[in-house]
Amino acid sequence: MKKLLATMGAGVLVLAAGAALAGDKTPAVVFDMGGKFDKSFNQGVYDGVERFRKETGIKYREFEVKNPTQREQAVRKMAQRGSDPVLGVGFAQASAIEKGAKAFPKTRFAIIDMVVNQPNVSSIVFKEQEGSFLVGILAAMASKTGKVGFVGGMDIPLIRRFECGYYHGVKHANGSATVYANMAGTTPAAWSDPTKGAELAKSQFDRGADVVFAAAGSTGLGALQSAKDNGKYAIGVDSNQNYLHPGTMLTSMLKRVDVAAYNTFKSANDGSWKPGIQVLGLKEGGIDWALDEHNKNLITPAMKTAVDQAKADIIAGKIKVHDYMSDNKCPK
Amino acid sequence: MASAPAKLPAWIDIGLLPLINVALAFVVSGLLIAALGQDPFEATWIMLRGAFGYEESLGYTFYYTTNFIFTGLAVAVAFHAGLFNIGGEGQAYMGGLGVGIACLALDQHLPFALMLPVSILAAALFGAAWAYIPAYLQAKRGSHIVITTIMFNFIAASLMVYLLVNVFIKPGQMSPESREFATSAWLPHMHEALGWLGMEVAQSPLNLSLFWALVCCLLVWGLIWHTRWGYEIRTVGANATAAVYAGIPPARIIILAMCISGALSGFVGVNELNGVQHRLMLDFAAGYGFTGIAVSLMGRNHPIGIILASLLFGALYQGGAELAFENAAFTPDLIVVIQGLVVLFSGALSYMLRGPAERLYLRLSLPTVVEA
Repeated sequence: MKKLLATMGAGVLVLAAGAALAGDKTPAVVFDMGGKFDKSFNQGVYDGVERFRKETGIKYREFEVKNPTQREQAVRKMAQRGSDPVLGVGFAQASAIEKGAKAFPKTRFAIIDMVVNQPNVSSIVFKEQEGSFLVGILAAMASKTGKVGFVGGMDIPLIRRFECGYYHGVKHANGSATVYANMAGTTPAAWSDPTKGAELAKSQFDRGADVVFAAAGSTGLGALQSAKDNGKYAIGVDSNQNYLHPGTMLTSMLKRVDVAAYNTFKSANDGSWKPGIQVLGLKEGGIDWALDEHNKNLITPAMKTAVDQAKADIIAGKIKVHDYMSDNKCPK
Repeated sequence: MASAPAKLPAWIDIGLLPLINVALAFVVSGLLIAALGQDPFEATWIMLRGAFGYEESLGYTFYYTTNFIFTGLAVAVAFHAGLFNIGGEGQAYMGGLGVGIACLALDQHLPFALMLPVSILAAALFGAAWAYIPAYLQAKRGSHIVITTIMFNFIAASLMVYLLVNVFIKPGQMSPESREFATSAWLPHMHEALGWLGMEVAQSPLNLSLFWALVCCLLVWGLIWHTRWGYEIRTVGANATAAVYAGIPPARIIILAMCISGALSGFVGVNELNGVQHRLMLDFAAGYGFTGIAVSLMGRNHPIGIILASLLFGALYQGGAELAFENAAFTPDLIVVIQGLVVLFSGALSYMLRGPAERLYLRLSLPTVVEA
């Protein structure tokens, strides 16, 4: 049966590769429990692999996991059917990718947001704290009340890393500023509850905050909407969300998972793929802040100078932004 | 439940009717799939082959079945006492917490032969403790068990996140997971166990907790129909007022039944953590507690029925995953719809065909009765 499946898989591969280079293999992506249309992290990956498909005409296999056991099942199955490379989305897939990489040493694997030390795995992680630091500076400078807010999604270390970087950015620009931080919840539902996001942002506005940074998946969309309704500023996350509410969107912190996903497929396709750890921060262009036609009127020259200076300092190593996950603490 | 008619023979009532209901669900699913422009026969074939077609798929199907047997039995035991335990999800989660704490504390010191009973005990204890509070509130304060058990699912989820993020997380790690248990706490996989017997089978998450699940079926059957406790549970479930006159205190029975129910749910933690994940993590309960309600309803709250219903749901889970692998047009949402239709027809509408079947059966069998 397995042989038959392998043969069938190979047949699909040949068909899919079509006019592309001979010997190409179908890449595969395993989305995590949020689903590929979460308007946030998974969707960023989806955008990246779709871009790859459109540019190269090479189809890819995909699967959305629904329970933790399916992670390993999906990764193994993809490798079993000859997919290469196999991309795991999100830190939760680390152990699945590790087991898959051991079982299929000739297949190339990649994972976003986590490090897996295997000779055939490429691990892509981001320095979210650096981008959060920059938008923290912008928030502090845009604030008239000296009070700013943070709305997180599910209370996990990754989101605390955003929060901690943001906190230090705010304090960097204005040592006497106050930061209100709230998490939307403790279950995965906290990623997809815009009403809760709006309520949390509103409560922070009521306490005097006039800028809110939302790092909360689609929950954050509610916070951005609430800022618009209350005439306050909001900061988006992951993708450039400036276009959502021009005029009240101060900026967005960019985490280019789409680029990471695209590059993984692309490099595997053209042969430049390498295993190992890629840490994408400001320096590597994996993290940034968004300045476009939707928010250029909100960013004063002084703000831009300050952010550019901080960005250059971080890249040069003059400013070290504390990484919450290095010690699970945020020194305050 | 009380309306079990004497007219229909058992083979129709618990054999044929459920089969027809499942078939109806598949017919409606097929129409839906056809409406989406896919071939329903191909989809059915992929699902069947994906659930039973080869060793690995069978392993996954039985692995899901194991979880559903535990949660299905849990719901059934509470149901016999007239209680609707919606809290299987949280009790399973807490059972896993018990397993996690026991394994993390003791795995360096105890051999497997001791780790296994300790894990099972911890799962039962934590699951039962989580069910005890709603049971106490129902028995002594009259707070409705449906409401409290639902709310306890959320409390369990929040507690778990808090503990994993702040206490059990392996430092310096992104994912809120504990360290891996030492191998002394690992329940052997079925492919390993069969390997020792000289049989070579494909790797799958199926592990020896399947046998524990079957043992639990036997224990529940014995408890409910062959012990004094079981008699008391059924009496309270049938008529709590009459039970008082029979000298059975309903409050005590409510607490007893719920604790047994919670302990059974807690065993999901043994299958998931000792058996598969080998570490404490988030979301391993993955809805098995809720599906247990459908399993129990469909299995008529009897262990044999629960095993069969668990097998059906295991096949739906694994076959559904296979469908999504094979064809991207079958999104996970469509598979949930198919699973939902099966629940609808065999659970909620299970008595829909009972009336017509009875009339048909009577018309066919009556002449023979007269002749006799």
